[in-house]
Amino acid sequence: MDPRLVLAVMAGKASAFLIRRLGRGGGTAAPGVVASTIDPAVLDKLARQVDGGCVVVAGTNGKTTTSRMLAGILTQSGRRVIHNRSGSNLVRGITAAFAEQSTVTGRPRGDVAVIESDEAAFPEVVRRTRPRLVLLLNLFRDQLDRYGELDTIAARWGETLRSLPPDATVVVNADDPALATLTEGLTAARRTFGLTDGRYQLDDLPHAADAAVCRRCGAPLRYERLFLSHLGDYACDACGYQRPALDVAARDVQLCGLEGLALTLHTADGPIAVSAGVPGLYNAYNALAAAAAALTLGVRPEAVTEGLARFRSAFGRIERVTYRGRKLVIVLVKNPVGFNEVLRMLEMGGAAPTLILINDLDADGRDVSWLWDVDAERLLDVPVPLYTGGIRGDDMALRLKYAGIPEERLVPLGDLPDALDSFVDDLPADGTGFILPTYTAMLRLRELLAARGVVQAFWEE
Amino acid sequence: MKLTICWLYGSTMNIYGDRGNVLALAQRCRWRGIEAEVVTLGVGEPLEAGRYDLFFWGGGQDREQVAVAADISGPKGEVLRAEVEAGAPLLAVCGGYQLLGRFYRPHDGPELPGIGLFDAWTIAGHERFIGNIVVDSDEFGEVVGFENHSGRTYLGPGARPLGRVRVGRGNNGEDGTEGCRHRNAIGCYLHGALLPKNPAIADFLIAAALRRRYGDVTLSPLDDTVESAARASAVRRAVGTR
Ligand SMILES: [Zn+2]
Repeated sequence: MDPRLVLAVMAGKASAFLIRRLGRGGGTAAPGVVASTIDPAVLDKLARQVDGGCVVVAGTNGKTTTSRMLAGILTQSGRRVIHNRSGSNLVRGITAAFAEQSTVTGRPRGDVAVIESDEAAFPEVVRRTRPRLVLLLNLFRDQLDRYGELDTIAARWGETLRSLPPDATVVVNADDPALATLTEGLTAARRTFGLTDGRYQLDDLPHAADAAVCRRCGAPLRYERLFLSHLGDYACDACGYQRPALDVAARDVQLCGLEGLALTLHTADGPIAVSAGVPGLYNAYNALAAAAAALTLGVRPEAVTEGLARFRSAFGRIERVTYRGRKLVIVLVKNPVGFNEVLRMLEMGGAAPTLILINDLDADGRDVSWLWDVDAERLLDVPVPLYTGGIRGDDMALRLKYAGIPEERLVPLGDLPDALDSFVDDLPADGTGFILPTYTAMLRLRELLAARGVVQAFWEE
Repeated sequence: MKLTICWLYGSTMNIYGDRGNVLALAQRCRWRGIEAEVVTLGVGEPLEAGRYDLFFWGGGQDREQVAVAADISGPKGEVLRAEVEAGAPLLAVCGGYQLLGRFYRPHDGPELPGIGLFDAWTIAGHERFIGNIVVDSDEFGEVVGFENHSGRTYLGPGARPLGRVRVGRGNNGEDGTEGCRHRNAIGCYLHGALLPKNPAIADFLIAAALRRRYGDVTLSPLDDTVESAARASAVRRAVGTR
């Protein structure tokens, strides 16, 4: 037994307990700081003791949902899973989750760990947890003012990936040309996944797209098919680079509005039909990624299907609540790519009045320029009133105006709580409304609704 | 009436919502009954003299900046400079602004030559200037945006700034200047996007383009209530956060 580790784990657990007792919210990161102060190597030591190894999940979009899908599948297969399920994905939050899910003697209570990692924290998370499997989802432009530029992130990821040993496996979304290039020629093994379905392809590269050039030679990429932002089946006519062959390919994707999706996975061992109760093509990618990782870990196909079928949407990503008789559908928007997907979903899922809440606090990204990379023009043909609010709601109203949406459809509201009250007042007595908040606006909204007795706090799930 | 807007390197240099600037120019023309066409010009595509009424050039990542610097140092840069000297309006933000100066000196690697339209030069710095910024300009009044750059731009004796920094860091964080003005060209570090929230600058560019093509034209006023509200809240945030 390592006395220092034991003390660190106990202190972490105690502070998590205290924070909860004091009613200070989830207490998801601070206990990690406390534990690491006592033993700086607490995460390294705990991670090393997980017999089935660690899985690190990284990507700009969908990492919380994908990690939770994967944890669900692994649980379904009979494994005990350690997981930072609150989405607290910096080193301190991951440390806190490990301390929380270990015995007081410093033994992790799990056979396998699923670790969601922030993009910038990825190198350190990998160095400390020495994952058996790294799952890479996508690399989009997101909160650049916090992370530095995309190329810098890609370069750091490349270094980290090259440091992985031969017994590690990188499971990668081959539809993302940047990630496909980054995972060439590694010491670790590579398994690829992607889409081969043509049904939901886009006509043009959307404006939020990032990696439209070949990372090998700099020439523009030609897309055979484009699915979501810059994700697709691509080739470079200049140097011959093309999307690598897919080990796990998704076909027959069916999106059922706001309700859910279904798809078929094609692997060397035959097809596997899966469905999940989350909407949109981006969630099809998440389900595909989680399934590809689970299959690589040796999970049986039936457990993959079962685990995904039982999946509930992650905290705040999409949520339905009833408030004052109105049905509110709350969907987090945090960057252009995710926002565009939500808009695609609104187009398909039936129109309803929509309130967009934009904040510019640190966790949202302080720069609201990203709103101009959102294809708000999609809302031209969705004939509903559009309400705007939050600290930078005026910037959203301006974005909608320049998208060409007539001003009589725009209703600028102030910050919360007034924005919520005015919006709900305007909805018919048993009507439905969509609310699209940025991260901190969503936290504020949840707080408000919880105070009014509507939503359970997320750490109680 | 019709204006043709040239978006220089629009397919690779369109970081931080700079597309909003092009959108603002096009919409503010259309709302006045002026037809607006946007043409994106990439690396290797020649710039035809006299074809375009207005130029926009945004920022990019370092990798893109190198390819673009090589492209603009040839005949394309010559044509662009001649157009601006003859009165063509131009807005360049961040990376584009830097390459319109004399040179850009990175931390490592060779110096990138600029086209010297502005008497200014840029040296890579270590700290990145990130945050809301408010500038006071004699021509345009209060200008607001978001800066995000590590380059330090210094103005030579032949250059005048766009304005004085009230909140934020500006060209170099030392002399209180932001941006550069020359003829009808504006270079600056303001994202945001700049033009939708600062319609006075958008209208200055449009008016200059119309004057050049159609003689004396008066711009009809637009209702800028939404623009003013967004500018006011951006200024409040700038003052509150820096
Ligand atoms: Zn190539």
